[in-house]
Amino acid sequence: MLKYIIKRILWIIPIIVGVSFIIFFIMDFTPGDPAIMILGEGAKSEEYEALRNELGLNDNFFVRYIRYISNAVRGDLGKSYRTNIPVFQEIISRLSYTLNLAVVSTIIAIIIGLPVGVVSAVKQYRAVDNISLGISLVLTSMPEFWFALMCILLFSLKLKWLPSLGADSWKHFILPAATACTNTLASILRMTRSTMLEVIRQDYIRTARAKGAPERTVIFGHALRNALLPVVTIIGVNFGLALGGAIVVEQVFALPGLGQLMINAVKSKDTPMVIASVLFSAIIASLVNLLVDIVYVYIDPRLKSQYSAVKAKKVKI
Amino acid sequence: MTVVKNDSVNTKEDVLKKAHQFKKKSQAKAVWIRYKRNKLGMFGLIVFCLMAVAVLSANIYLDYEEQAISQNLSERFKFPSEENILGTDQYGRDVFARIIYGGRISMFVGMATVCVSLSMGSLIGASAAYYGGRIDNILMRIMDIFLAIPNTLMAITIIAAFGSSLFNLILAMGISNIPRMSRIVRSAVLSVMGQEYIEAARACGTSDGRIIFRHILPNAMGPILVQVTQTVARTVITVAALSFIGLGISEPTPEWGGMLSEAKSQLRYYPYLAISPGIAIVMMVMSLTLVGDGLRDALDPRLKN
Repeated sequence: MLKYIIKRILWIIPIIVGVSFIIFFIMDFTPGDPAIMILGEGAKSEEYEALRNELGLNDNFFVRYIRYISNAVRGDLGKSYRTNIPVFQEIISRLSYTLNLAVVSTIIAIIIGLPVGVVSAVKQYRAVDNISLGISLVLTSMPEFWFALMCILLFSLKLKWLPSLGADSWKHFILPAATACTNTLASILRMTRSTMLEVIRQDYIRTARAKGAPERTVIFGHALRNALLPVVTIIGVNFGLALGGAIVVEQVFALPGLGQLMINAVKSKDTPMVIASVLFSAIIASLVNLLVDIVYVYIDPRLKSQYSAVKAKKVKI
Repeated sequence: MTVVKNDSVNTKEDVLKKAHQFKKKSQAKAVWIRYKRNKLGMFGLIVFCLMAVAVLSANIYLDYEEQAISQNLSERFKFPSEENILGTDQYGRDVFARIIYGGRISMFVGMATVCVSLSMGSLIGASAAYYGGRIDNILMRIMDIFLAIPNTLMAITIIAAFGSSLFNLILAMGISNIPRMSRIVRSAVLSVMGQEYIEAARACGTSDGRIIFRHILPNAMGPILVQVTQTVARTVITVAALSFIGLGISEPTPEWGGMLSEAKSQLRYYPYLAISPGIAIVMMVMSLTLVGDGLRDALDPRLKN
């Protein structure tokens, strides 16, 4: 059990190294000379050359990558080409907005999606089920940024209840969180409904009912616990999507988060900033997946026994 | 004698051919019959077909240069009327024409993305499942690493490195969908691998490539097809999102996300500009989702009886 968790945590290292390699490799194709970007057009050619040497741009790809990684481990992700501020600082200062948005929207999605999914499955083909399925279908089909625009139109411009731009108070946070949660909510709802429907037909549910357990215990104690696994998986998968979605939603509401930083960096060809911000988001997404895998062990005792079975097999060989 | 012999050979081949055809037809037919029963699925299919026809035949009833591209400032910000069903935008261009031509780009990028990700994904997923063991392990671990990068971020990275253009957008969307596609193909192929006819083909000395592409992939098509519709749907949304943040298709080419990005600055006074492109996206994505759901139900053997 502990071994499984440790193994899972160790597996994150090659993932992060691999992710950084892929991003570094792709960004290596960026055209343009960083030395010209930093010094501007007017400098002497010796100055350019000196800066290139200082940044180590003349070394080959692998040398540069290894240097990047070894610096990154020490918390040095380079300096922005545009502002000359250390990238790490800039990202840390922006990260909380994006992370807050992704986490809060995921929590909202769980709080609404899970119970509605359960009710929908219990009352299959009734009005409640049809309505909730219809809404979740619309929510999955809708781009978050368009929903955001429509919310601004209704709540900020027409009703004047909530502010549309900025990040000054908690009121500014309501619309972004509400719009960023839509896709996750819809997929949690759909997943909960379909796994609950499968579980509800199992024999042990009939047994529970037959022995006279109250309906609430049957649904939440017996059925939901068994239906939870695929739902937890989908929450983990969706967190990555939520991060990507948060980047676009931030743009609509002019939140000063990681998304804005990343998009501006892409537009101004600020390579160190792009690499670091994508890397950060990917690492966070992987850490959340790791967390999901660990939660998995706690809610599914089968996994525990399965793991010990694998271990026993290995010992035999 | 010879005539008779030839005849018998012919009939034998004919019978085999017919049996083959019949079997193929009946399989597809059975799926279609089951699909037809699904009202929502049929609704999605009809909506999608109508949109496809409207978009593909756009040249017959619209003039691209005249109505969707050229600016006509005296006609700007006209509210929806009989002449311009959905009104005109800040440059006096007809919103309806731009939505139709924007649909062309969305559909094209969606299809092209599927082509890229399906061909690469099939190659990786099928060989991982077919060869198993170490190759499977290595390929899938590499895909795990790619999967750790969220889709949108991967696309943003590729566009950051190569610049934003239609080709790069397709490349970005295609590459970022390869890992998911190869996983689906792998699991679909694994479910077919144990069947006897694969063993039979191998016993006949059929080459690996032929077994994979002739025998395994066509039989593993079901889940892959469902994934294809979902990929197109997701791509439509992601492309719109990328254009919305200014990293996808750029002006003046009409694209739904780009139109919404322009409409955003006019939201206070001309909200109708922001509504119609969004509805177009929802219609396209919803119809594809319904088709995907319908296909999944029609292909699911558990629902066969």
